[in-house]
Amino acid sequence: MALAPNSISPEEWGIIWLSLKVSAAAMVATLPVGFALAWALARGRFPGRVLLDGLVHLPLVLPPVVTGWMLLIVFGGQGVAGRWLAAMGMPVMFRWTGAALAASVMALPLMVRAIRLSLESVDRRLEAAARTLGASPMRVFVTITLPLALPGVLAGMVLGFARSLGEFGATITFVSNIPGETQTLPLAIYAALQVPGQEGIVTRLALISVGLSLVALVASEVLTRRMGMRAHVL
Amino acid sequence: MSFEVDVSITRGSRRIAAGFATGPGITALFGRSGAGKTSVLDMIAGLARPDEGRIAVGGRVLFDAEAGIDLRPEVRGCGYVFQDYRLFPHMSVEGNLRYGWRMAAPDARWIAFEQVVEFLGLGGLLTARPRRLSGGEAQRVAIGRALLSGARFLLMDEPLSSLDADRREEIMRVIERIRDELALPILYVSHDRREVERLAGQIVEMD
Repeated sequence: MALAPNSISPEEWGIIWLSLKVSAAAMVATLPVGFALAWALARGRFPGRVLLDGLVHLPLVLPPVVTGWMLLIVFGGQGVAGRWLAAMGMPVMFRWTGAALAASVMALPLMVRAIRLSLESVDRRLEAAARTLGASPMRVFVTITLPLALPGVLAGMVLGFARSLGEFGATITFVSNIPGETQTLPLAIYAALQVPGQEGIVTRLALISVGLSLVALVASEVLTRRMGMRAHVL
Repeated sequence: MSFEVDVSITRGSRRIAAGFATGPGITALFGRSGAGKTSVLDMIAGLARPDEGRIAVGGRVLFDAEAGIDLRPEVRGCGYVFQDYRLFPHMSVEGNLRYGWRMAAPDARWIAFEQVVEFLGLGGLLTARPRRLSGGEAQRVAIGRALLSGARFLLMDEPLSSLDADRREEIMRVIERIRDELALPILYVSHDRREVERLAGQIVEMD
């Protein structure tokens, strides 16, 4: 059995663990940024809104290698943000944190989309009713808007996590393919494919990828349904 | 004076204007659909900002364009009963009823939770979710929620329009009891002449 637990080597477990760690970090890091952007796009009325919308969605359509190259310029050893992060004791070059950063940028559009849809589906009339009952705008957000949008926010997180698990192009461009540090599942599969006689490893890692992604997508879909959102994220 | 209103607002290409001063009890805001009755309620509640004018209720100024007064909706002390109920779907009936009560200053709470439950006959519904309620039940919960928020006056927007004949009678009796026993000033929007004549002591026509 290709997928029996005892047929998975310690190295492969390490790859799976690294992938989960990178994806979880990417999801957590993207959430506040994604929520703020989703809020601005769903509720904000400001000049440049369309441009912001476009910028957020750019990683979805750009060749991932371009996104990776841009990350290299900004967060690389010579980049402004890269030097600042290194000085703060959080270097990203050739580190798993860099892989998480790349995954985070690639997951952002999907997360923003899901959260934005859920915010847009919140009935503003309920918020108005809460105001007349004595709730300040902040209180309305905490007691009405957020609970009603929560399934969509969770769906967005799961979707961002799933997208991060599959991230390849921007990661390999930005932080290379270093076993134990930046070599997540897709990168490990790619590396194994380069060497003859590694079909067993490729099959096992590929099946694990399919399983993890499927679980994440189903979870996101269930959350979306529970919310009765008209527009599905998938 | 209960309601003193003299406002105008532009909605799209239309200008909606209303000017009236009322005595105690129920005042009906009467007119055909689309005359801007709901806009007037929204302006009194603070959900829409008039272009100009003045709004006072029970002598308290809520809005005065010239004096630069525009109280936020949450401090206006208004109990707004919406045509579409607007119960919070993620809370139980009890959660809905207590929502405004929790936020009201203790000295603004003039009626107790148990009193409202008794008054509106909501005892058996407290744990139910709003989507399981009938129209009449939902309307009673909406009225209870408004009373418990410490409302100093009520705005009712066609509260009977989506109910069948039996439920209309039931809610109509509730409104009469609020008028007679709780003595709250009520501004009541309707386009039904019979309803208005039965409930209201005063009628403001809008066209």
